[in-house]
Amino acid sequence: MRLVVDLNRCQGYAQCAFLAPDVFAMHGDEGLLYDPEAEEAQRERVAQAAAACPVQAILVDDLDRAGDHSARTPAAAASGTARGSSDG
Amino acid sequence: MVDTALDQLRRSGRIVVVGASLAGLRAAEVMRQKGFAGSLTLVGDERHEPYDRPPLSKQVLLGKADADHTLLPRRLDIDAEWRLGVAATGLDMAARTVKLADGEEVPYDRLLIATGVRARPWPNEAEGELDGVFTLRTREDGAGLARALAAGPRRVLVIGAGFTGSEIASACRERGLDVTVAERGDGPLVGALGGVIGAVAAELHRENGVDLRTGIMVTGLEGDSTGRVRAAHLSDGTTLECDVVVVSLGAQRNTEWLTGSGLGAGPRGIACDAGCRAFDLRGIVTDDIYVAGDVARSPHALFGYQFLSLEHWGNAVAQAETAAHNMLSESTDRRPHLWVPAFWSSQFGVNIKSVGVPSMGSEIMFTQGSRAERRFTAVYGYQGRVIGAVTFDNGRWLQFYEKQIEACAPFPPPFTTVDRRPDGQRPIPADFPDPSVPTHGPTITLSGYSPADRRIATFTPAGH
Repeated sequence: MRLVVDLNRCQGYAQCAFLAPDVFAMHGDEGLLYDPEAEEAQRERVAQAAAACPVQAILVDDLDRAGDHSARTPAAAASGTARGSSDG
Repeated sequence: MVDTALDQLRRSGRIVVVGASLAGLRAAEVMRQKGFAGSLTLVGDERHEPYDRPPLSKQVLLGKADADHTLLPRRLDIDAEWRLGVAATGLDMAARTVKLADGEEVPYDRLLIATGVRARPWPNEAEGELDGVFTLRTREDGAGLARALAAGPRRVLVIGAGFTGSEIASACRERGLDVTVAERGDGPLVGALGGVIGAVAAELHRENGVDLRTGIMVTGLEGDSTGRVRAAHLSDGTTLECDVVVVSLGAQRNTEWLTGSGLGAGPRGIACDAGCRAFDLRGIVTDDIYVAGDVARSPHALFGYQFLSLEHWGNAVAQAETAAHNMLSESTDRRPHLWVPAFWSSQFGVNIKSVGVPSMGSEIMFTQGSRAERRFTAVYGYQGRVIGAVTFDNGRWLQFYEKQIEACAPFPPPFTTVDRRPDGQRPIPADFPDPSVPTHGPTITLSGYSPADRRIATFTPAGH
């Protein structure tokens, strides 16, 4: 599951780090680090974090949820395999 | 009245986007959202689908995310034909075709150019190719540098203390690695934020154990017999032993492929109007070629109509959205791209954010918090108005100052704030380096004259 945080918007409320601590973590008092390609098992938590973000800074892949991406993008299919084989 | 040509474009036109990164992807998404049903081709010289670059100098170097795992999320299926791993090599404006490196010519009715920038390489090519010498821009760069840091080098040398260089130094220290930063200017970040803030950034480096050397140049890199970098020679006559070198000297705009096309493209980017329409070499606006992201330079009403080129993540998004909207709109429905510049950086555990154009400012004032605690908001003034602001761990104030900038509010700010400290009672010179002296560049480039300058120019057209 791909995600990106618009760090111009992010104001360090840390709601995401509270709701999905395996994906989002505060770095210092205000900075945010996140895993841009979170485990699929985290989808529910990431969705909660995105919904709870007071400035709506978290963008999550909608295509993966629909399960229909990569039909026209061979590179997407390739990255799907890479995802499965790494990060153990 | 319905514009039939536009209607036809929307239903069955051909749109080509050159540049398959953040701006290109976002523009493509907006076009489909707006109901564009024609053919959409995305051309990118990298083999990858669009990915996000900011994590490459942060999470990836810290070992907290894999460089291969920063693909940008897709908000909808853009149903595009992808031409990845193939660079565009030419543009024929009359025939409306883009030439690709594999010899193919792709026809278009509307073209969006979002080719961005690339890392400025080390000027000595042979030295730049030594094992252990890196730049940091692409996913491969990020993966290679992350591997090199994970291998536990004895000393890393970072050349250039701009935002990327500082973030790399920060990641090295967080990993417990010895790191030297060599900066030609007086301090880190001085090109973008000036000497007052540069001094604060220098304290951050030193307190975190970075061997920061300013006012110094790297004159040469030296390899061992196996072609691995082993040392760097500095302009003060000293030699530094290092086994990883990161060249972090800013970026170059990807416009060479447009040479000879007749488009107004050069080393500073591609000139366009506020609606993202590219200018040709004669200064005449095109109606079918649009520009967005790092490679674009466009006039901005808030900053004296000077042409701005912005290497900012948020600008790539906003400008792409405007370009996509305008490409599919009647002339009266077009929107100007008047985004207020904004960026962030994260280094040594401090969140640094900025709005406006600090590098235009001549004075600076600490309006919230305190410089000594390195938790503050500082506001930049230019000719009696607020022109920019920067925060260190004080990001929630930025929105307020963004509005002040948009409103051309007076500087120094006339209001008092509860947490203003004695050192923030009056403005001081912002201490930007003389722009004619080379240093690490800002991420905002001002080019062209502001009408407010009232410069007298004489011009004789050729052949008259």
